Amino acid sequence: MSNQPLLELLQRESIQQRCESVYETFGMLTLTVSKENLLALCRLLKHDSALQFNFLSDICGVDHYPQTPRFETVYHLYSIPFKYRLRIKCRLELDESPPSVVPVWQTANWHEREAYDMYGIVFVGHPDLRRIYMWEGYDGYPMRKDYPLRGYADHYNPFGEARSQGAEGA
Amino acid sequence: MTDINLLGTNEAGQKLTKELLLNLGPQHPSTHGVLRVMLELDGEEIRGVDTVIGYLHRGTEKLAENFTYTQIIPLTDRLDYLCAPSNNLAYVLAVERLLEIKAPERAQYIRVMMAEMARISGHLLISGALPLDLGAMTTLLYVMREREMIMDLMEMITGARMHTSFCRVGGVREDLPDGFEPRCREFCHVMKQRVDDYERLITENRIFLKRTRDIGKISGEQAIDWGLSGPCLRASGVSWDMRRDNPYEIYDRLSFEVIVRENGDCYDRWKCRMDEMRESVKLIEQCLDQMPQGPVAVAMPDIAFPLNKITVKSSMEAMIHHFEVSAYGFPVPKGEAYVSIEAPKGELGFYIISDGSPKPLRMKVRAPSFVNLQALAVLARGCYLADVIAIIGSLDPVIAEVDK
Amino acid sequence: MANLENRFSNNVFFGSVDSVINWSRSSALWPETFGIACCAIEMISAGCARYDLDRLGVVFRPSPRQSDLMIIAGTVTKKFAPIVRLLYDQMTEPRWVIAMGTCAISGGVYNTYAVVQGSERIVPVDVHVPGCPPRPDALIHGILMLQEKIKKQHVLRRKDPQETGKVSP
Ligand code: SF4
Repeated sequence: MSNQPLLELLQRESIQQRCESVYETFGMLTLTVSKENLLALCRLLKHDSALQFNFLSDICGVDHYPQTPRFETVYHLYSIPFKYRLRIKCRLELDESPPSVVPVWQTANWHEREAYDMYGIVFVGHPDLRRIYMWEGYDGYPMRKDYPLRGYADHYNPFGEARSQGAEGA
Repeated sequence: MTDINLLGTNEAGQKLTKELLLNLGPQHPSTHGVLRVMLELDGEEIRGVDTVIGYLHRGTEKLAENFTYTQIIPLTDRLDYLCAPSNNLAYVLAVERLLEIKAPERAQYIRVMMAEMARISGHLLISGALPLDLGAMTTLLYVMREREMIMDLMEMITGARMHTSFCRVGGVREDLPDGFEPRCREFCHVMKQRVDDYERLITENRIFLKRTRDIGKISGEQAIDWGLSGPCLRASGVSWDMRRDNPYEIYDRLSFEVIVRENGDCYDRWKCRMDEMRESVKLIEQCLDQMPQGPVAVAMPDIAFPLNKITVKSSMEAMIHHFEVSAYGFPVPKGEAYVSIEAPKGELGFYIISDGSPKPLRMKVRAPSFVNLQALAVLARGCYLADVIAIIGSLDPVIAEVDK
Repeated sequence: MANLENRFSNNVFFGSVDSVINWSRSSALWPETFGIACCAIEMISAGCARYDLDRLGVVFRPSPRQSDLMIIAGTVTKKFAPIVRLLYDQMTEPRWVIAMGTCAISGGVYNTYAVVQGSERIVPVDVHVPGCPPRPDALIHGILMLQEKIKKQHVLRRKDPQETGKVSP
């Protein structure tokens, strides 16, 4: 499906002033946005009658280590009435916190918990930001590029890397 | 006689009972794997639900960052293990989008046919497991009989029963074996009648109806807000099926009906799957009818392994090349792609970021079970304890996919 | 059973106590209904109509307290490992463990930060059934092997303790 109609809709003033750039890669339109504008843009995209992005497919955290800004959150939206797909990207520094989009889409809840668990990205305004896959008290954020694939050696997985500062883990 | 509603209250009408925290799982025969649910109970009524997952988190995504694109295919099998071919399909479509290639037509038909077979096998298991959780054991034994037929067909094509890993980037591994078509047609013929049998067993069963009708209701709007997809969403009256709305592969050439139901309760979600099985049988038959002859993998030696192994075994250069492709993989252009398909559980998406090397920078799985399971919190609130089992069953989570 | 009735009433059988006890133990192995991942589906297949584990006396029980066999069917993660151990401890003696699938045997392909590299690290395993997933036939073979093993045990004068001390608390 051609992205032309959607592109025209996105080039309106109200959207343009909130996002940094619009471009198409591999068949999908992508908006880049700063974290300050993210929540407002999401609200707009959901409630605009010509767009109606009512379905949040996915939130994905990305680690671009060693580049800076290091992290990125990627949102995939879908509009069930108009069958549009859209990607929103927001780059973040190591200690930056994006706003939570749970007020816009309920389903963001677990997605954001996952991104927090795996990357340590803290979402401001999330109702219940806890670890989701790993247990409470787990040390480190496993999907970060500088976290070893096999984790740190312990009783359960002796193939992991040795911890540098002594202390046998987990 | 005391009014039953006044039991457990004092003279002032205040409640004397306390809320109870009940732990269900992670090892419970009815939670479909290692799911743990903490229930806040007021008597029998559920006040709050906390779903604890992660007991099967195996680090698939991290592992994928360290594997080549071909090596990842078996990992995708193990996400939603009931319907491995659908997962393979979604993944290779994402990689093909990055490479900007398309599989030959015959390969597309084979993929779609296998994905539909997988859909039947996935739906079969849940349509047996849900009644089992509610106390009707017979159906499970019947559905496993038909599932074995699918497993036999899968074994005939791929050599494996469950983890098929049959799709390759740019095609499928090999052509269909001789004698497959008549057996597959026989299966379709049998399957149509068997679905009617299950319906006769269960659909009019009064206990089953009582325990699923109007239980765990969700409206269409709410379902979209919670990100439900697949049969769970269509049971709430939202007609959205990616096979029809954003057709991939050759779905635009096949005719089928999108099953939509109105109520959005456990019964409708179950019935939706039943009817989808019938449609899938039709799709398989159409695939068999329309399937053209031709190659099953793209003629790009850098990506696809040669089907004809004779040159590999007789020429040194071909051998070295084959070794390189299998050991080091192939580079994929820099970029990112998100491709989603209509998997049996809902929207299954793969988001791949490539940095131009033979290994992805990031692979994210948009797992339908993960998102669907989240809605348990809203569905179960206000229900009775026993209904939780029915609701979990009707959401059909596969924990390996939930936890990745 | 009807034609067996009253036939043996005047006979005496000789045999060791061991063989009687072992025979009864090995022919009624009751595993827990305890599936973790993909392998569990093959375990269910093995229990259903075509492969029919019931004919070997293997009947799935929902509670660890009623069962004497644990089939670890799937990937044991670090988060789940303490629970596997707990379930094992809840089973009454004598108890046996089958590790089904490469994940349960060695972690398989999942050599990651989250997965236990072999369930031997948590519970003592009697039989390993390789495969990913093992076919139901393979699981049945594993159960038959376990039955052989049980038949060789000495009940009344046990030489080696069953707990090998490999396991940390
Ligand atoms: S061994 Fe294979 S089939 Fe079994 S749980 Fe592990 S990945 Fe799944």
